[in-house]
Amino acid sequence: MGGRLALVARIGRLVGRPIRHDVGLVPAALSISGLEKAYGSVRALVGVDLEVGEGELVGLLGPNGAGKSTLVKIACGLVTPTAGRAEVAGAPAGSRAAHQSLGYLAELFRFPDWCTGHELLELHQRLAGSGGGAAERAELLELVALTDAGGRRIGTMSKGMQQRLGIAQALIGSPKLLLLDEPTSALDPAGRHTVRALLEELRGRGVAVLLNSHLLSEVELVCDHVAIIDHGALVAAGTPAELSHAGGVEVEMGGGTRLFPEARREDAPRIVRDLVAAGEEVYGVRVLTSSLEDAYLEAVGGR
Amino acid sequence: MTAIRVLALFTLRESLRRRVFAVVAILTVVFLALYGLGLWRLYAELDRNELDGTGVEISIVAGATVLGLAMFATLFLGTVLAVFLTLGAVRGDAERGLLQPLLVRPVSRRDLLLGRYVAAAGVCALYVAGVFLAAAVLTWAIGGWWPDHVIGPTLGLMLGVAIIAALSLAGSVFLSATANGIAVFMVFGAGLVAGLLGQIGEALSSGTLQDVSTAASWLLPFEGLYQAGLSGLTADTIGFTRFAIDLGPFGGAESAGPGLWLWAVVYLGLVGAWALRGFARRDL
Repeated sequence: MGGRLALVARIGRLVGRPIRHDVGLVPAALSISGLEKAYGSVRALVGVDLEVGEGELVGLLGPNGAGKSTLVKIACGLVTPTAGRAEVAGAPAGSRAAHQSLGYLAELFRFPDWCTGHELLELHQRLAGSGGGAAERAELLELVALTDAGGRRIGTMSKGMQQRLGIAQALIGSPKLLLLDEPTSALDPAGRHTVRALLEELRGRGVAVLLNSHLLSEVELVCDHVAIIDHGALVAAGTPAELSHAGGVEVEMGGGTRLFPEARREDAPRIVRDLVAAGEEVYGVRVLTSSLEDAYLEAVGGR
Repeated sequence: MTAIRVLALFTLRESLRRRVFAVVAILTVVFLALYGLGLWRLYAELDRNELDGTGVEISIVAGATVLGLAMFATLFLGTVLAVFLTLGAVRGDAERGLLQPLLVRPVSRRDLLLGRYVAAAGVCALYVAGVFLAAAVLTWAIGGWWPDHVIGPTLGLMLGVAIIAALSLAGSVFLSATANGIAVFMVFGAGLVAGLLGQIGEALSSGTLQDVSTAASWLLPFEGLYQAGLSGLTADTIGFTRFAIDLGPFGGAESAGPGLWLWAVVYLGLVGAWALRGFARRDL
């Protein structure tokens, strides 16, 4: 099975796009169906369906308290669902097999401040049963730009460095699925760029990523698919392009700017032709598209 | 098994790195030094005040009483260590975000709990054994008195702190670190008070007080084990010396028999099962 997975991943890289789980060869990296979670009378998740295919990068968006972290924690086996099913690489979430296939960085994580980066990674290598040794640790620290900081005590690292170390920790044992809950919240622009590059690198390696983030621009830049959750329910899903629908055509004329709100890109030549035929002087044309932010605000009702 | 070992060693390394062991070792040396000094002064005074013709071997009474006190101090120090090594092990660490990264590894919650327990209980059991035996050796070296039984009381102390560590670890599943620490110390205090009530009941021949003490000893077997150990120190001493010891502050202790040991082991299992059940259901 491992050989077949490797072959599939290699083919994926050769054709320049990630292999999707619907090829039928391998189970989805993450499969969630009818997922519900209630904390007393509060319903955190209300029948969510979601699938993340192998090598797919999915952004999970939603307002605070929408249920994103609960969903991720259920996938990790940290929270028990009230109803529904969550599977990681075909194994029930929370099972040993599921844990062997995933890496996780929590939103509110903390590592023991007394140990060094190397010691932390070594601990997780042992727990994950990874035989990567020092080479794996060095590679992961290099991947998150912490090569020179591996011997430092975690307590002396900045929050951003700890977050990058957390990503390195999550990558131990070559997981099939990476669950990242706000992984760039404490990073400066350079750190965010490093993480974006890392996510693209992981996609190239066939690692599936569920990225829970409030940074819409970041999600728009790197994610193949986006899922928007509000009040515990999935309210929108699709590619960033699908969600960012057309916003009309704006034409700059001698008498001012005129907006054709229902028009699409392919309507622009006809509009210009009609305006010129009507004797207008056209100086410029702009096709408007809504951003992911617009789509997000629309989906969550402006919250 | 590997995960339990890895987590136990990591817990020990943390205690070492945070200088927990260094602080405990220094304070223990100070305690033993003061104990030795006290013994030396006591036996020096006894030599001057030795009374013949009473039938009471005063050096035995003094040794048994002082070592009984050392046994109590050892149990208390072991309890402090057990509580501080475990009070925030589950809920405290989960609230700080330390636990989640470990539990998404192929490590069961049972393994995590056992790893923490093996480290804490192991350290505490070895600690109380070491301190108690050191106190016994000091008593012998300075006062020339050696307890009637040493192995039983030592094992009783070891099992006693292992039970306290289990209670504290189980409490950490349900309570915040502060609440858990307070709860365990109050339980510990309740056990000791019950033991004292039993001794008072023995001295005053009060059946009610003795019944309360007996019930508490079974409910909190670390107290029963301590009382049994205390009783074992002078189990073979007879005559007027026995009478004099019984009148002392640690004289009313009684051995509960082998059933207590069996119950203590079952109790440990029950506490462990309770903790595992609670932890398995807890959302993190």
